[in-house]
Amino acid sequence: MNWKSLSAGSQRQVMRDEPLVEDVEIRGHIIDSLILPKVLDQITSRGGSFRVKDISIGQGRHDPSYALIEVQACDRGQLREILAEIADHGAVPTALHDCRLATADMDGAFPEGFYSSTNQRTEVRLEGAWIEVDKQEMDCGIVVDTATRTACCVPMCDERRGQQVVIGHAGVRVLPPELTSERQAFEFMGSAVSTEKPKGAAIREIAAEMRRQKATGGKMLLVGGPAIIHTGSGEHVCRLIRAGFVDVLFAGNALATHDIEQSLFGTSLGVRLDHGGSVEGGHEHHLRAINRIRRIGSIRRAVETGQLTAGVMYECVKHDIPFVLAGSIRDDGPLPDVITDVLAAQQAMRDHLPGVTFALMIASTLHSVAVGNLLPAWVKVVCVDINPSTVIKLSDRGTFQTVGLVTDVEPFLRALMQELNL
Amino acid sequence: MAAPQPWILMCRPDHYGIEYEINAWMSRERPANRELAAIQWQALHDLLLAAGARISLLEPALGLPDLVFTANAAMIYRRTAVLARFRHEVRQREVPSNEAWLAAAGFDIAHVPPDTYFEGAGDALFCGDTLFAGYRLRSDALGHQQVGARLGVRVIPLELIDPYYYHLDTCFCPLSPGEAIWYPGAFDEYGHRAITQLVEHLIEVQRDEAEHFACNAVVVGREVITNIGCPRLHAALAAAGYTPRETELSEFVKAGGSAKCLTLRLDGEEAAAWRDR
Repeated sequence: MNWKSLSAGSQRQVMRDEPLVEDVEIRGHIIDSLILPKVLDQITSRGGSFRVKDISIGQGRHDPSYALIEVQACDRGQLREILAEIADHGAVPTALHDCRLATADMDGAFPEGFYSSTNQRTEVRLEGAWIEVDKQEMDCGIVVDTATRTACCVPMCDERRGQQVVIGHAGVRVLPPELTSERQAFEFMGSAVSTEKPKGAAIREIAAEMRRQKATGGKMLLVGGPAIIHTGSGEHVCRLIRAGFVDVLFAGNALATHDIEQSLFGTSLGVRLDHGGSVEGGHEHHLRAINRIRRIGSIRRAVETGQLTAGVMYECVKHDIPFVLAGSIRDDGPLPDVITDVLAAQQAMRDHLPGVTFALMIASTLHSVAVGNLLPAWVKVVCVDINPSTVIKLSDRGTFQTVGLVTDVEPFLRALMQELNL
Repeated sequence: MAAPQPWILMCRPDHYGIEYEINAWMSRERPANRELAAIQWQALHDLLLAAGARISLLEPALGLPDLVFTANAAMIYRRTAVLARFRHEVRQREVPSNEAWLAAAGFDIAHVPPDTYFEGAGDALFCGDTLFAGYRLRSDALGHQQVGARLGVRVIPLELIDPYYYHLDTCFCPLSPGEAIWYPGAFDEYGHRAITQLVEHLIEVQRDEAEHFACNAVVVGREVITNIGCPRLHAALAAAGYTPRETELSEFVKAGGSAKCLTLRLDGEEAAAWRDR
């Protein structure tokens, strides 16, 4: 685990003293005219350096190109000098302009050149003032309502004709995590994943964080896969729910199905959890479980009518913990509560995300990555999986705030129970 | 079908003079002789008429001595006139006269964004389908890019590095698509590479002739009209199949202008690929 040694306060101090980078953008026929190499040469010849953060080269003779360049300098004076010089060639700081807006000309797609969002706290400039973007989510567009002076991330499929969409990087600023204050306590940045790292200390920290979240009214999300049930950890999760450490649950058909299968038949995928042996006809249990719930109508109704009396889903219903079960193409049944339209499922998850401050993702590649995509960067994420690639996948997709633990689910949850005194 | 008649906007030098100093050529200690200026202007006017051009006249205005340099009024693209926004306040006052005339002539008026400078055809010249655009001394690179984006044309911004060649039309003159006159000393290395890569046939002007505004030429059909003092350019033009003509414009050189500066081609320059032929 890559624990940050630098405190948040000292990081902010560093940022304040040396804000020596500035994003500039330049567009037009910057390749043919050699304006781009000229600007880059101007930066280096004045002692600065640069990083091309984004570039798109016009394909046709008349298509303009675009580059977003981070200018880096040793001190403020040098940065000012470089920015003044390159501004003359058309490279202008993205922060000096209002955001550019284009009207969406169709439903379900943004205008060309739309700004593609990150999961970091973002602001857009409107008539000289910076306004915070609501519903921060990566890989969305930003829709601005100029009348109410509000902005929010909107997924591509939800875009509606006539909306005002931010184009390009001008007038958009992304606040680095160091500057987003007060969310620094859980310094899990940099998700070095290894099977070789000691788990005890990490689990102790996670438990401490969960207690902190509970004490401060944080909202905790559990994203779980069926291995929770297969490994016999269902009861650990039930205890977490009963103790108030889960405020919302995201899962798929499988977790709920095997949880209910266990409650109804004592097996998970046909295997007895008490002695680990197979049961004759046990492979049918999960289908019979699904069928039973489908006949009843819903998981909640199964609990309310006394037909489902234990398990993770039972505890959710009993404790009024909302859950979203998102379907996938390999689902049996599915359970009647499963949302099979993936866009509707995404939206249902989004509806529960406001206020979430902590996410524990256990043994679920698909749902972990999907939820990771929806979460803003300041939500702390713990991802536990036996497979390192799940954790790596999550961080590769830009969920930088993830701390990964490569371990079997059951020992993790057992240790977590001990740390939480449950 | 016959090609449409070349159409040029000019402005009589009734109120012309060196009343301020906004470029390296101007000095109030070297005033222009208005009577001589009128004679020189008339001679240019007559040469253009003889070359087959139709000439419209912009009303001169007291206090606007540089209104005579109509090349800076706007950049013409088809029926759109992208109006100049001058860097110097003394010339910014010309804008209402230019706008009124161009609008009355039926052009759609386009403006550059408020925070950019753009000095019309003085800094923006089509060669083929590409707009070559001078920047740094008068117009802004950003303004050119925005004009290009608006018109949907390729724009090649060229930095002007010599204050004596403060507008692109003082050092670069497209003759036909793929062919131009240029003075390399006015550009930096990037400009050299861009121009030599993008313009197939280049006629290079030497410094002494560049100082006589050799590049500030008006092209009408195969006729190329310049100030006097450019014999080597004229020889090169003749060798390339053009008919060079010269007429003395010394009084306008005092203000940093010459033949091209005194004209605005309204139907598209000869070298513009989009022009009806």
